[in-house]
Amino acid sequence: MTSSDTSPVEDGGIWRFGPDQPLRLDSGAGLQGLEIAWRSYGRLNADGSNAVLICHALTLDQHAAGTHPVSGKPGWWTRLIGPGRPLDPADWFILCSNVVGGCNGSTGPGSIDPATGAPYGVSFPVITIGDMVRAQAMLVEAMGIGRLAAVVGGSMGGMQVLQWAASYPERLRSAVCVASAARHSAQNIAFHEVGRQAVMADPDWRGGAYAAAGVRPEKGLAVARMAAHITYLSEGALQRKFGRELQNDGLSWGFDADFQVESYLRHQGGAFVDRFDANSYLYITRAMDYFDLAAPHGGVLAEAFRPARDVNFCVLSFTSDWLYPTAESRHIVRSLNAAGARASFLEIESDKGHDAFLLDEPVMDGALHGFFASVRASL
Amino acid sequence: MREDFREILRLVRPGARVLDVGCGEGDLLEMLIRDKGADGRGLELEALKVSDCLARGLSVIQGDADRDLDYFPSRAFDYAVLSQTLQATRNPRHVLNELLRIADRAIVSFPNFGHWRVRWSLLTRGRMPETRALPEPWWSTPNIHLCSLADFAALTEDLDLRVEHCAALVRGRPARTIEPGRGWENWRAENALFLLSRRSQSPTAEPATGSGAAPQTSAPGDLFGA
Repeated sequence: MTSSDTSPVEDGGIWRFGPDQPLRLDSGAGLQGLEIAWRSYGRLNADGSNAVLICHALTLDQHAAGTHPVSGKPGWWTRLIGPGRPLDPADWFILCSNVVGGCNGSTGPGSIDPATGAPYGVSFPVITIGDMVRAQAMLVEAMGIGRLAAVVGGSMGGMQVLQWAASYPERLRSAVCVASAARHSAQNIAFHEVGRQAVMADPDWRGGAYAAAGVRPEKGLAVARMAAHITYLSEGALQRKFGRELQNDGLSWGFDADFQVESYLRHQGGAFVDRFDANSYLYITRAMDYFDLAAPHGGVLAEAFRPARDVNFCVLSFTSDWLYPTAESRHIVRSLNAAGARASFLEIESDKGHDAFLLDEPVMDGALHGFFASVRASL
Repeated sequence: MREDFREILRLVRPGARVLDVGCGEGDLLEMLIRDKGADGRGLELEALKVSDCLARGLSVIQGDADRDLDYFPSRAFDYAVLSQTLQATRNPRHVLNELLRIADRAIVSFPNFGHWRVRWSLLTRGRMPETRALPEPWWSTPNIHLCSLADFAALTEDLDLRVEHCAALVRGRPARTIEPGRGWENWRAENALFLLSRRSQSPTAEPATGSGAAPQTSAPGDLFGA
């Protein structure tokens, strides 16, 4: 028996890096006393070869599977992680950590600035997808994992996956990028700017220092979420779900939530402010807007992937995703081909929009089942 | 097993890098990987077939021979296989050119429109031929660029390609090595299969894989003695 056989199947906590290990940031700044909240499923095997890193999307967290400790709901990717699922904890050590800049335990704008003893607020340095990945690489290294079997993520998680391949190609065997892009488009940036302006227009935002005042810009953040939520769906999905159905009998002839779709969006906005920090929303959306993997390579994405020739990629997109449309994934795949990397690509038929990567999509499950089985066979 | 698959398996050298263009559900790819130790990858247009391939653990890209070959680097593969697909591409000449840019050798098979059944069908019925090799009516067939053996041979001349091997395939019978220039073969071959390389570019030397035995003379039925 190896020692890992006695380790718990589910684990988690906060990894604290000492003052000798600051997080170097792309902006040139640094973060002292970095803390990364993490959760894991399954056991790391003796040679550390079965580790899979899951990268989460904008408003998600490290609780990818199992039960969320606050909401009590199942993890956000239990479709993929669990017994008999494509990533079975019986076979894999599955690790997920909250991104730097987040608000679920990792260092972010809500954390206490050691220099002032007060929450950072907007004095928190601007972070990038590259910074998030650098922090993950520190965590993975600290845990004694030399080479990840796979790095997997959807949406912003997919951006981290691509960044991993570009920054640390020798530290991952395979990469799964779902419903994502190698850069933020003008439309992506535009929607994020609407969200940020909504937050900052809320008088309770207080220039980012709302924590000291004991308030929260809930209205602004809710509106940001409502606008963003529309971009995660599709016209077809909204029509199928709500059509022009009314909340009550007849119209109110006012501005109440007459239509079910209005009520739904208000609910989404209201529920979001209970679980997410407004400043984190500003910082993480900014990180996504700044993301352009090809930029340091003269705009040639294949050059970013050239060191990742030995990484086995799987890229998936959804037909009705207009936030990160298939054309973005195809651009990634063509660049991978040009770089000589092994890549699989599938556009999955779905009317669920961008959120399809989190939802019931049996074709995605089947594709990833096969992909991870082949990765496991190659270990 | 499909006769053209059997012939392709015979032609491909063990351990080769192979791109199967129009790989379907991945049957040939799986055999190439399992039986020939190939580094096999696929390109397939239909999403359902790609998802089947991925579920089987194969590396397959959903894409289009007409457009997506352009993005592969030159000589990335030892072989590019185009099995019963050329006639369904929009620009077969471009596709053939691209196959022999990204791979040292191309293996191309297609239904021969010069086959006697096709000629007989058109002659007697006066309508677009429907044969066992080409069963679909004109309005639903994916085959938009059909050609005869003689047409294809002319294209290989035009593109300055070397025909390293040519076989006639008739359903249910073993592949028969033929001389593509012979007129009667254009009547007899229901399907044709070509192994092509570029005259202007010397293909990589024949491999001395594994045992190091002279491959050409070893076991019958396999050019490389696998």
